[in-house]
Amino acid sequence: MSANILTVDDSSSVRMTTRMALTGAGYSVTEAVDGKDGLEKAKSGRFDMIVTDLNMPNMNGIQMIEELRRTPSQLGVPILFLTTESDSDMKSRAKAAGATGWLTKPFEPDQLVKLVKRVLGK
Amino acid sequence: MTMPDPVEVFRTEAAELLEQIEQGLLDLEHQLDDASLIDAVFRGLHTLKGSGAMFGFDALASFTHHCETAFDRVRKGMAPATPELVHAVLAARDHMRSLVEQPDQEDDETGQRLLTQLQQAVADGGGAPEETAESAPEANSGAPAEAETVSAAPAAEPVTWRIRMTLPENAMANGTNPLALLDELRDLGDCEISVDTGNVPPLYRIEPSELHLSWNVRLTTDKPRDDIEDVFIFVMDDMELSIEQEEPGGAPAQATPAEPQSADPEPIAAAEPAAVAEPAPQASAQSPAQAPAEASAPAVNAPVQETRQKRAAENVRVPAERLDELMDRVGELVIAKSRLSQIAGNSIDVQLRSVSEDVERLASELRDTMMVLRMVPVATLFGRFRRLIHDLGRETSKQIELVTEGEATEVDKTVIERLADPLVHLVRNSVDHGLELPGDRAAAGKGEAGRVTLSARQSGGEVIISIKDDGRGIDRDRVRAKAEASGLVSPGQQLTDQEVMQLIFAPGFSTANAITNLSGRGVGMDVVKKTVEALRGTIDIESTLGKGSEISLRIPLTLAIIDGLLVRVGSGRYVIPLSAVEECLELSSEDDVRSEGRSFISLRNSLVPFLRLRELLSTGTEPDPYQKIVVVSTGVERVGLVVDQIIGDHQTVIKSMSKLHNDVATFSGATILGDGSVALILDVGHLVAAGQQQEAQLRKAG
Repeated sequence: MSANILTVDDSSSVRMTTRMALTGAGYSVTEAVDGKDGLEKAKSGRFDMIVTDLNMPNMNGIQMIEELRRTPSQLGVPILFLTTESDSDMKSRAKAAGATGWLTKPFEPDQLVKLVKRVLGK
Repeated sequence: MTMPDPVEVFRTEAAELLEQIEQGLLDLEHQLDDASLIDAVFRGLHTLKGSGAMFGFDALASFTHHCETAFDRVRKGMAPATPELVHAVLAARDHMRSLVEQPDQEDDETGQRLLTQLQQAVADGGGAPEETAESAPEANSGAPAEAETVSAAPAAEPVTWRIRMTLPENAMANGTNPLALLDELRDLGDCEISVDTGNVPPLYRIEPSELHLSWNVRLTTDKPRDDIEDVFIFVMDDMELSIEQEEPGGAPAQATPAEPQSADPEPIAAAEPAAVAEPAPQASAQSPAQAPAEASAPAVNAPVQETRQKRAAENVRVPAERLDELMDRVGELVIAKSRLSQIAGNSIDVQLRSVSEDVERLASELRDTMMVLRMVPVATLFGRFRRLIHDLGRETSKQIELVTEGEATEVDKTVIERLADPLVHLVRNSVDHGLELPGDRAAAGKGEAGRVTLSARQSGGEVIISIKDDGRGIDRDRVRAKAEASGLVSPGQQLTDQEVMQLIFAPGFSTANAITNLSGRGVGMDVVKKTVEALRGTIDIESTLGKGSEISLRIPLTLAIIDGLLVRVGSGRYVIPLSAVEECLELSSEDDVRSEGRSFISLRNSLVPFLRLRELLSTGTEPDPYQKIVVVSTGVERVGLVVDQIIGDHQTVIKSMSKLHNDVATFSGATILGDGSVALILDVGHLVAAGQQQEAQLRKAG
């Protein structure tokens, strides 16, 4: 069975690229448009992984990760975040909030797929 | 259906982001200390940069990066938000837009100039902005490096490493799967892995989601040390990791791995499988009470997921041309429906009639739904005027306040698009010719800031968009003098007030003494009038000298399909837009003969001129014994149209006439009737004007 992945990003073009990359690799993808949407979807769905942007309206990625990790059912779900070179403090804050790993934008779709495979394990 | 091109998706998104940034900045200008606005603008820039880089808009990404860096100083409170800053970022935004639209035509000089301007605007703490500008390219070029270093090193002699790894207690809760890490190590070469349970607490103190194990790994690989470290890239900062190269003798270089193992000899067999052997730690991390709930979860879950996906699909982005295609189809369906009803109407087949009625109802509902789909709120149109006003204010040194009303009013998308340019022109005109300089305003006893009000409201089948200013108003004498000087009217010619004002829409007319930067760009008010008329709209002007002017555009809500009244004149059939029809009367042959030559009917104590379409269209036929008068109006003026027969209402799909018929003013278009024949659509505005002219001539004649 393919893994279910929730992608959270306010940018429709990034959402589209991630969706194309992940569905192309055989994953099922659900999309959320901001932190609040992501939190709701994550809590009511059952995802094997969450890939999220950090800088978003209506609850940013860091707040969303914190909220998720406070929810028992979301413990252990790998959360990858997308970030840019320029905000290194965001990276450490997201890590502290409970994120699993990150990918630096801009990224190639292959990089994302590789990372997702790696974090999901065998 | 084909997948849309991601680059196109990005362009659309970039346009929205730029719009958002602009609106945010314009709001910020009025509330300079609003942190949430600053955040919103910053976020817009950030997303634009990130997505731009993803889709190969490198010039955009790098330029936006610099802007973001500069703006970040404001966000962090290191520099204040000022009107200058807003202006600088607005200018930068415009540059970003051109970088989105024409990424190949990068204008480096403009970019540099704008950045310098922006950096000056945030340069509060001295020197700092320069530093940010320099660090930026570094950061950018650093991005791809991360991905490439991994396998860059050449293959070397196999080396044996002793690795000891202790992950933080919350590592598994945070999604790190230790087994995946160990698997990755295995992939690097030969591995001997042993687990160290020494730190596992007694059973009663165990938190199921915590990790207390350490691993010792003996790895023989020809891969470089970097590859080993890379396995731990996400946890490196929080974990204890030692990677030591084993001496050829076989003994570890240091004794460290052995120590903790014996530190706590208490064996807790139960803890080990709980924390490690489970491949899905999140599932085991719960209390037993939760287990049944989870077991039933998949069944419950499926529909939940489905409804969520449905909700996500509620908003669908559709390219405009697809809507247009659909509109065409609906138009054709409406025509086919008319044919069907005609056939059914002549048939005695009850079933056919009932199907035809159903189709008729469905087609008309479909048409209505389609109309709504094409409607967009005028807010999208008004939104862009905030920026225009901002720019105009700076250019003219006038203080301008923009008020918008009725932004929720919805109008056909095409109408909005076509109205944009005329409205820009009218607003420019209001600011340029209407509003006075602050000094003059004060002298005239007005507030220093001039006010331009854009409003929209729906009235019947029309939307009325008005541009109002509280400036100096239109000077009729000057308009008249100017018109006489340019030969538009002859001296002494009698003109009504409205006629004088309409002169400003005449080609080649301009009252401005000097051609300013704003107006006089070659696009005259006559173009505005033409555009509005092409939309089957009309323009009214009201103006009070010294108080201000209001120009109202009355535009039909939609362009493609109208409800029409089908009439017959002679043997030809014509359509009168139903929205213009006020009432229908009978014109008996007696009345007809009696009114011959005068062509007026008395309608509730007012005289309404009428036109005999039979004469106007030179049908050369005898009138029907009972002719009808259809009274049509343009809101202010009205006129009766004498027809032979009123056939009934008819949903009319408007087909525009060919360019050859450009000079034909009496008709605004054509439509295809149910039997396939063509009916011309009468241009009410033109006919009313003709009727009024006839009235004026008759009055003159006495």
